[in-house]
Amino acid sequence: MMDFGPLWLSAQLASVTTAILILLGAPLAWWLSQTRSRMQPVVQAIVAMPIVLPPTVLGFYLLIVLGPNGAIGSWWVKLTGDTLTFSFTGLVIASCIYSLPFAVQPMQNAFESLSKKNLEAAWTLGASKLDAFFSVAVPLSVRGFISAIVLAFAHTLGEFGVVLMVGGNIPGETRVVSIAIYDHVETLNYAAAHQLSLALIAFAFVTLFSMFLINRRWQSR
Amino acid sequence: MSFFRYFALFAVLASTSSFADESLTIAVASNFQVTAKEIAAEFTAVTQIPTRISAGSTGKLYAQIINGAPFDVFLSADAARPKLLEENGLAVKGSRVTYATGALILWSADSELENQDCLAALKSGSYRWLAIANPLTAPYGSAAKEFLEAVGVFEKIESRIVYGENISQTLQFVVTGNATLGLIALSQVKGGLPVDASCSWNVPSTMHTAIEQQAVLLASSDNADAARRFMTFLQSAQVTTLLERRGYTVPE
Amino acid sequence: MSTVELNHSIQKGDFHLQVDTEIPATGVTGVFGESGSGKTTLLRCIAGLERSEDGFSQPVHQRRIGYVFQEPQLFAHLSVRKNIEFGMRRNPDATDQTDEVAGLLEVSHLLDRSTNDLSGGEAQRVSIARVLCQSPRLILMDEPLSALDERRRNEVLPYLDRLHAEWSVPIIYVSHNIDEICRLSDHLIVLDKGRVVAEGDLQTMLARIDLPQLGGRNAGAVLNVTQSRYDSEFDLTLFGFSGGEIWVPGQHHASSTRLRIRASDISLSRTPAESSTILNILPATIEATEPETSSAELVRLSLGDDCLVARITRRSLRRLELKVGDKVYAQIKSVTVRR
Repeated sequence: MMDFGPLWLSAQLASVTTAILILLGAPLAWWLSQTRSRMQPVVQAIVAMPIVLPPTVLGFYLLIVLGPNGAIGSWWVKLTGDTLTFSFTGLVIASCIYSLPFAVQPMQNAFESLSKKNLEAAWTLGASKLDAFFSVAVPLSVRGFISAIVLAFAHTLGEFGVVLMVGGNIPGETRVVSIAIYDHVETLNYAAAHQLSLALIAFAFVTLFSMFLINRRWQSR
Repeated sequence: MSFFRYFALFAVLASTSSFADESLTIAVASNFQVTAKEIAAEFTAVTQIPTRISAGSTGKLYAQIINGAPFDVFLSADAARPKLLEENGLAVKGSRVTYATGALILWSADSELENQDCLAALKSGSYRWLAIANPLTAPYGSAAKEFLEAVGVFEKIESRIVYGENISQTLQFVVTGNATLGLIALSQVKGGLPVDASCSWNVPSTMHTAIEQQAVLLASSDNADAARRFMTFLQSAQVTTLLERRGYTVPE
Repeated sequence: MSTVELNHSIQKGDFHLQVDTEIPATGVTGVFGESGSGKTTLLRCIAGLERSEDGFSQPVHQRRIGYVFQEPQLFAHLSVRKNIEFGMRRNPDATDQTDEVAGLLEVSHLLDRSTNDLSGGEAQRVSIARVLCQSPRLILMDEPLSALDERRRNEVLPYLDRLHAEWSVPIIYVSHNIDEICRLSDHLIVLDKGRVVAEGDLQTMLARIDLPQLGGRNAGAVLNVTQSRYDSEFDLTLFGFSGGEIWVPGQHHASSTRLRIRASDISLSRTPAESSTILNILPATIEATEPETSSAELVRLSLGDDCLVARITRRSLRRLELKVGDKVYAQIKSVTVRR
């Protein structure tokens, strides 16, 4: 019987990462769209970096930083007594960095296309900046949010290079579906590779299709 | 596209293929890449035949070969893949040779193990992670597992094992401190590492199946003469010296 | 009478706005000036949308100042009703006046519509309703009619009249259109290049002939009049004021209203014309004259307690030897009635 554990693990990783990226990415995307600070282009470039860097390069630096001798990893070991690398938490952190621009950019674009005067109107009507964000900006940017969710989820689902570097291929913990398929190919177990790949494609298609369907329904409200 | 563009494209393609006729394309397992480049350079110096190295994981290269990749020689990290190629008729019968035998070494860069007994530390299990290569995909990995079983600690420390996709990644885990201990290739240590060992222990070759790295001449090669010369050169005394210096042993 | 203080100073590139004045705390104060004079910038400073150099640092959402933009700025994801209630919900002191305000602006039948289904005029009325419902202590209107075509503008104007008449919150109304200003304001500020050039009661200001901003096509005074009677045979309404009576074509229902008479619509003569088609010929006294261009002269006339402004040629001024104090007759060709 086919082991679908890696597929479930990948689904979990993609879900958790996407949720975190929306929660943390939305305020960042908002700041990037509204600020006139000189730091804006700098931050924007940094956010876009994971698109440019080869995943193995990104993974390599994460291996160092999240490792027990690294800036973040050593702190984690002190806190929990366990390593951040070769753990699901470590993968979540790595995936958040890897998929960051795929979540932030669609949200930022949506926020940027909002009319500034529309927001000003909300402020004059008594809405604080936070209130205006939730009551005006967010509802008018739903398309951007859906885009962000779809892209971040899909991107993380297909993640390979970064996971390869910091995951350690531990079954049930870091052995995600892309690694499992890769291993099947490496060990000439092509039948298993086909099956798992098909399962991944089917899962991804159903998920993405559903999201786009929701997007469509939202449009014609 | 205009006539001139078609002509230019044709000329480029024609010249490229004619160039390929002259040089030898060698598919090499990634972990042997550096040594292979040295050997290829010496080969070219001796024979004036230019070479091109295409490195990758053994599994990837195998998949490419069975799908018609234009390699002349295949230097694998294991014996299984070359054997399969020979059985499938994709490699020239009788061309399969063991060009190097790898050796395992237990190794650590962790300062807490400075001058300690490495093997005792391994057996104690008092560390978070031990890195070995994936036994399913890398011969160094299956040898490492056999060694661990031979000293009777595999079951005890199984939950502490982290698997590198290949021996290179295994090394990375140890060098970056993510794994306290690792079973890596002696050739990696001989090749020079960015950090110093705190402790190390050479694994006797009797404790595991030999890590035989085999090479084959590919049937699809259109450069058979040059390829044969390379295979012969691979087993020459000159290369033997090079390999031994790099931590490999060579069959008699 | 209480006043609202306007003290704003801001630098935007080459432009410097410097305003330090007071306006009445009731009625409509018009802010008039050509494009680029700083009218919008002033409003934005008052609302807190621009960082004023020495103004308050009170956040925008706490100021309780309503702002009507040139474009309606309705929230596309909310229904008309929810738009109107938006400000009200955020003001604990506001009572629910949605129905009353919707009635005032005649948008009651639109309440459950989506904002996408509104015409330009309807949308602007909804945005005004939204501002009224937030119970602001001051309303700012930034050229609210300039984005509308002629027809829609005439559609919305009566609602602004009504607002002026029935709502007690002071309004600052910005426009580059003198007719709107004349129709709606009680008090006037004239801006030029970021400075207040003149300000005061509307009628007094319009009677001035020394301000270039109020010259040219803008020149002309207003009269506050009361209706005397309606002549049904000739469809003319008679309005009276301190300086006489004026016939206006059509039936007008307001008992008191405001008339606007452009300077170019008044000609002067020393003797009253006897067989003229001009309906309105009124005795007046020349109060002041001011050259306007190389060929034209502006003349301020007093009629009773009120004033009118006329434009005549300098040649005629010389030929008729017109001077301050002379008694003349003002021949009024055309009158605009508010409402």
